[in-house]
Amino acid sequence: MSTQNSKLNKMMIILSKATLDNVYAAFVLANGARMEGIEAEMFFTFFGLEAVHKERLEHLHVATVGNPAMHMPTMIGGLPGMEAFATRMMKKEMEQLDMPEVLEFLDILKASGVKLWACKLAMDMFHFKQEDLYEDLDGVLTVGDFYQRSGGEGVQMLFI
Amino acid sequence: MSERIIAGTPVNVNEEGFMTDFKQWNQSIGTELAGEASLTLTPRHWQVIEYLQTEYRNESPLSIRKIGKSGVVDIKEFYQLFPNAPLKTAAKIAGIPKPASCI
Repeated sequence: MSTQNSKLNKMMIILSKATLDNVYAAFVLANGARMEGIEAEMFFTFFGLEAVHKERLEHLHVATVGNPAMHMPTMIGGLPGMEAFATRMMKKEMEQLDMPEVLEFLDILKASGVKLWACKLAMDMFHFKQEDLYEDLDGVLTVGDFYQRSGGEGVQMLFI
Repeated sequence: MSERIIAGTPVNVNEEGFMTDFKQWNQSIGTELAGEASLTLTPRHWQVIEYLQTEYRNESPLSIRKIGKSGVVDIKEFYQLFPNAPLKTAAKIAGIPKPASCI
């Protein structure tokens, strides 16, 4: 970013994970940009594709294993039902903060003018077809295509 | 906080230009604040502004999700009516505080 024009114009957000906390972080950042008059585009790659997979996006979880911030011993976190329990707790908290569910959040992002792109390589890898994905997706891009869209003054890229 | 004259009326505003006393607001002030944001208010704008003011009077916090569920305007049209930072801009014109929600 140049010192003459330090205004933030566009956020390019890459989501590569499907744990609920990461998905929400990416969504809140994209929505927050639009709310400030900043453009935003999202690129869903690797496990991040699950956040735009019609069926799977309804079943995203928080990770209870390998996540020290859960303040839960790894052995306990791995017990059957723990992830579902932690996810339920987190969703309850988020509902109180007026946080929408994943699908509703995608609708909000789309209506707000956020561009939503799926990664071609990851789709091939997971054998996803475009009809498996969220209907209002803007399309499927290669990483090169995504870079091409990232030019200009005041553009920042974020990898989650 | 400082005082400035908007549409011939002295009003209190904060450092970001949001009015701090809703009782001082009137439609001429709204029109002038809209002009400062390069907006000409249509009847649709006024419907949204009235909705925001009603929510403010009811002490009900605003978010983009709530706008979408308001039945007054959908999110897409809201962004068309107030293209830059819609909720902030609309709140400023409506004479209510800047919404504090992250959503």
